[in-house]
Amino acid sequence: MRTLRFLLQKEFRQIFRDPSILRIIFMMPAIQLLILPWAADYEVKNIQLSVVDHDHSQYSRQLLNKVTSSGYFQLQDYSGSYSNALQQVEHDKADLVLEIPADFEKKLIRENESTLFMAINAINGVKANLGGAYLRSIIQDYNREVRLKWVQLPRFSPEVQIEVTSSNWFNAAMNYKLFMVPGILVVLVTMVGSFLASLNIVREKEIGTIEQINVTPIKKYHFILGKLIPFWVLGLLILTIGLIIARLAYGIIPAGSLLVIYTFAAVYLLAVLGLGLLLSTYTSNQQQAMLLSFFMMMVFILLSGLYTSIDSMPAWARAITKVNPVTYFIDVMRMVVLKGSGLKDISPHLFTVLGFAVVLNSWAVLHYKKRS
Amino acid sequence: MTTNNIAIQAVELTKRFGEFTAVDGISFEVKKGEIFGFLGANGAGKTTAMRMLCGLSMPTSGKAAVAGFDVFKQTEQIKRSIGYMSQKFSLYEDLTVKENIRFYAGIYGKSDAFIKEKTAFLLKELHLEGETNKLVRSLPLGWKQKLAFSVAIFHEPEIVFLDEPTGGVDPVTRREFWNMIYQAAESGITIFVTTHYMDEAEYCNRVSIMVDGRIDALDTPAQLKKTFEVNSMDEVFLKLARKAKRSTD
Repeated sequence: MRTLRFLLQKEFRQIFRDPSILRIIFMMPAIQLLILPWAADYEVKNIQLSVVDHDHSQYSRQLLNKVTSSGYFQLQDYSGSYSNALQQVEHDKADLVLEIPADFEKKLIRENESTLFMAINAINGVKANLGGAYLRSIIQDYNREVRLKWVQLPRFSPEVQIEVTSSNWFNAAMNYKLFMVPGILVVLVTMVGSFLASLNIVREKEIGTIEQINVTPIKKYHFILGKLIPFWVLGLLILTIGLIIARLAYGIIPAGSLLVIYTFAAVYLLAVLGLGLLLSTYTSNQQQAMLLSFFMMMVFILLSGLYTSIDSMPAWARAITKVNPVTYFIDVMRMVVLKGSGLKDISPHLFTVLGFAVVLNSWAVLHYKKRS
Repeated sequence: MTTNNIAIQAVELTKRFGEFTAVDGISFEVKKGEIFGFLGANGAGKTTAMRMLCGLSMPTSGKAAVAGFDVFKQTEQIKRSIGYMSQKFSLYEDLTVKENIRFYAGIYGKSDAFIKEKTAFLLKELHLEGETNKLVRSLPLGWKQKLAFSVAIFHEPEIVFLDEPTGGVDPVTRREFWNMIYQAAESGITIFVTTHYMDEAEYCNRVSIMVDGRIDALDTPAQLKKTFEVNSMDEVFLKLARKAKRSTD
């Protein structure tokens, strides 16, 4: 116990004496949380629309008015030929081409139906998908208006129509910040927990102090605890700072209890600290540790459901998300912050992450050797 | 395993890294209170041998006892009985002089009263009273080395291993450093030291010279000069080291 006290004293002194670590602790959460949520917004706006109007009729103008007044589209170009519009796409000036055929109005009135053509620039998949969907729903809307005007009688239309209305639960305004901020906070806690810790240990290897420690009668678990505890505390500190920023900057107040978040975070940090420790036993200098961390962080973030939905991933990727601790914390954070889930709801996740903690730490302890 | 006046005993101690035999069956004894010089060219296997004796490296074969404890099984006991100063400077540069002393003494399980009293004494000895609360980073190299040595023997070990302790240090500080080594030896600590400086070899009670992983000569400096019919340790070393087949690094 006394040995541990000396180790902790030394670690905390070193951490709080190192300006770069302090900067990371206070600046990283602030910058990431203040900037990233604004950029990580799934709503697609400012879609550049190129219109090829062969009709120049009242109806085509009405349709265009409706499209442009929706707020999602910007009329980039209004031309008379499709090849012209396609050129706009090729030059990356337009994302969507809407072609209105020459007899649009005539056909609509005479034959009760008409065809529109839509070409989508799919280089940016998300923009293409959403843009196409928006435009389709606007056209459908327009279609309904036209119908109402025309098909007044018979009153009871034989055509059955199903209209779907939806309401968003847990995040009624579909505020993406509410969705992204807890996730980004998880990434922050993960980075501090695993990578700062592994860099710290590898640094001792690099400067040779670890060898000095290894010739002392210090116990392996003392040394490891001496390294884990400070970063466990730092992880919780970052979480606290992050939650305060989320509240002040975005007004995000967890719907559930803070106690649930901290309980999970406490266990989660054990898991990622175990990972950091493991990394440090497999690397011999800080460059290696950094590169490995960077690689793992990319995988962790992209396969965690932070930016993309896990359900839409292929089966093999979904399997990877299952062994990614970040996935579970992001899920828990969203459950607690948005839905107000309690300890009982998150307990399966809690036990999974506890399992990670046990496996990673045992592996690291077994692999850490005082003797070569 | 060892008689009472023997601090270190090695019998056919060997370390192989795959095909490469770094230490090739060395046998020697170091008496208690002795200053034992462990010489050899770069790459001769000195550091590997020393690391095995300190319990940092697992021997491939052979036998060895340090302070009466077996290097295969009783490394934790060995670690309690030895001090070690590695080639790399190994104090924490971002801790102060006092904090370093306190930390290393603390992890050897020394009491607060002992640490306090001995720290004060030590700082006076080293003339570091004014530097107590300065970061070790800010000290000149010679002072750092002297401090590292003091820290290595702070917990009053039976044996202290010094791996090229005076590398890169000016002659005046080297002399002071050797005075400290003599003082430690007088207080009963066995000194096991590697060096490249032949004048330092003359300061040792006995000297062994390693060539290509083997000990080629082991005797007092005076006797070695006589055996090899030369006037200085420098020449003894050159005569032996020239036979080396391993390339130096």
